Amino acid sequence: MANGTSTSHYPAAPAAQGIESHTLCVLVDNEPGVLARVIGLFSGRGYNIDSLTVSETEHEKHLSRITIVTRGTPMVIEQIKNQLERLVPIHRVIDMTVSGPAIQRELAMVKVRGKGDNRVEALRLADAFRARVIDAGTESFVFEITGASDKIESFIALMLPIGLVEVSRTGIVAIQRGPEGM
Amino acid sequence: MTSKTGTGTTGREMTGAEMVIEALADQGVEHIFGYPGGAVLPIYDALFQQSNRLQHVLVRHEQGAVHAAEGYARSTGKVGCVLVTSGPGATNAVTGLTDALCDSIPIVCITGQVPTHLIGNDAFQECDTVGITRPCTKYNYLVKNIADLPNVLHEAFHIAKSGRPGPVVVDIPKDIQFAKGMYAMPKEIAHKGYKPKLKGDRDRIKAAIEMMRHAKRPLFYTGGGIINSGPEASKLLRELVKLTGFPITSTLMGLGAFPASDPKWLGMLGMHGTWEANWAMHDCDLMICIGARFDDRITGRLDAFAPHSRKIHVDIDPSSINKNVKVDLPIVGDCAHVLEDMVRLWRAGSFTPDKKALADWWKQIDKWRARKSLAYKSSKDVIKPQYAIQRLFELTKGRNAYITTEVGQHQMWAAQFFHFDEPNRWMTSGGLGTMGYGLPAAVGVQLAHPDALVIDIAGEASVQMTMQEMSTAVQYRLPIKIFILNNQYMGMVRQWQELLHGGRYAESYSHSLPDFVKMAEAYHAVGIRCDKPGELDAAIKEMISVKKPVIFDCVVDPNENCFPMIPSGRAHNEMLLGDAAESIDEAITEEGKVMV
Repeated sequence: MANGTSTSHYPAAPAAQGIESHTLCVLVDNEPGVLARVIGLFSGRGYNIDSLTVSETEHEKHLSRITIVTRGTPMVIEQIKNQLERLVPIHRVIDMTVSGPAIQRELAMVKVRGKGDNRVEALRLADAFRARVIDAGTESFVFEITGASDKIESFIALMLPIGLVEVSRTGIVAIQRGPEGM
Repeated sequence: MTSKTGTGTTGREMTGAEMVIEALADQGVEHIFGYPGGAVLPIYDALFQQSNRLQHVLVRHEQGAVHAAEGYARSTGKVGCVLVTSGPGATNAVTGLTDALCDSIPIVCITGQVPTHLIGNDAFQECDTVGITRPCTKYNYLVKNIADLPNVLHEAFHIAKSGRPGPVVVDIPKDIQFAKGMYAMPKEIAHKGYKPKLKGDRDRIKAAIEMMRHAKRPLFYTGGGIINSGPEASKLLRELVKLTGFPITSTLMGLGAFPASDPKWLGMLGMHGTWEANWAMHDCDLMICIGARFDDRITGRLDAFAPHSRKIHVDIDPSSINKNVKVDLPIVGDCAHVLEDMVRLWRAGSFTPDKKALADWWKQIDKWRARKSLAYKSSKDVIKPQYAIQRLFELTKGRNAYITTEVGQHQMWAAQFFHFDEPNRWMTSGGLGTMGYGLPAAVGVQLAHPDALVIDIAGEASVQMTMQEMSTAVQYRLPIKIFILNNQYMGMVRQWQELLHGGRYAESYSHSLPDFVKMAEAYHAVGIRCDKPGELDAAIKEMISVKKPVIFDCVVDPNENCFPMIPSGRAHNEMLLGDAAESIDEAITEEGKVMV
């Protein structure tokens, strides 16, 4: 190992394992600083956040639901879940990627500017993607589109040559299929 | 924010500051370490007016307050308490809080804050205390409503001491300290989202017993979790080792949980662990890890870590399991609870280990022991640091000794040469490695154990980081002994520079050292210097006999290195012994140098 490929006193990067994407739903007390605790955990320990949404979901109990899409090796994903569960105001952590079939959706508002044929084309595509017009002017539309992230990606890609101005996205929210609750 | 029991509408009316005193007294707190300042004055006023239920210990720097509370907590099993002001008071406490987080020490730290209407206004001595301490506490609170204060205070104690212990900060704005509200001790503290699991899974414990019965080369690898779990855990561990006859090693933090005088004790493991402990780790076929966390100082090179072993890991913190090392059988639970089940199941089944295999294993271990890995070249001219610790150990036997340390070579030598038979006797900064920990920690230990012999085994560099706490020791008549192994270097830095950086000793020489004897005298303490091996015993005896704080300047060999040692980037079976020091440079890989 003196000419070695690996190693030191600190754990080597787990190169042998593949990187996976997981969607985690985290139920937390809606108290000041709780989001900072979660985000601080991710930045402090070097984990990735690909998408993050948060909102109070049970007003009487002051519970918020945070949905995080993250990436890492299986060992890192396991570690992220354990570290999250360790935080005092966190009630539950559910890994939507492994806990059974789940639905993941995102909402985007897409502003497109254009005249003539481009306007017609934008409306035609929006119709095909079941995007709604939520603002219209003589030179622009704002579309609202809901769906899986890749559907939104394709819609945005199609709007780009037509006159894409701006996109606002919520990030992913997820829920499990079937009658059971979290 | 707080537990929902009690609403703050019943009980007696009092100010927030008085509630702090009441809550501390209700929690059984006798001592609090602190330093006053503008934003915490109402609490100091309440302290002044209370009837001796609480003793406040005035430190000389807030870092010292937290370390003193850590020493207090570690040596008693109680929660250590700290009271500091806003802004610099809180930021000075951060090192201590981080240290307590790394070593899982229960601390409740109350910080003053500017009045609520000034928060976020860049007010005088304002800082974002909850923001700054969020990553270095187990939990923290900013109390903005007087009705929340009673529950928050009691919940803080609950969180600090339960589960995996840790520091909790309660930030109280000055107007909340003045505000009046109702105080009653909540009947029960329950937090919906926070419920540490104490009992281990029965089936897994059964599976563990099965693995232990059939193991050929088993080894207990234990850590600070046993100490944190309480004296009962140490007792049960001793019982389990006796029942099974397995060898046992421990991390730096776990020393004392198992008696070092027992023949089954292999000594500490890890980077500066013994030859037999590290080889046993490498060659074992069953590793039973209890309350330790596979830290990088322990595992060395990960892909060569105990390659032939199956691993059982008992830990109260699920995030410690499978973090660095994948284990075969995780058991989440408190050490004492799990050990109790293990002992009971082993007894109930009248199990015996594989005696033949175990005898062979012990034969092998004895061969490793015969290497005498802690041997060093003795000298008649200069005091060898190892010799100094050995003499200190021999001469303090039976004297109810508690040891704290700073961080560096002296710390490792203390771990190697001072032997502990009881838990809670050894206070050291393991996870964070905080130079300056030992002196204030000794203050806290001595306060908790007024009749004990409390010694800070120190280095001349470390001890200068918190030397001001000598003043605290003198003020409260705490006869702590500061035993400085003075080698005129930041020894561990010098050792690494010698081994890894071609002997270029950048900034590691302790220049312009004070005269420690005169310094002791300046503090109205006693100073003793010794630089001759022949005079050491008499000098140590003198130190022990003095009933005042002592600074002992033990002038030792400046060039001694700490061995055995697993060099960076190496595995347990590639450790180096003292004799190999000359060829050590070639033994460290380029990559290893980066990862010191």
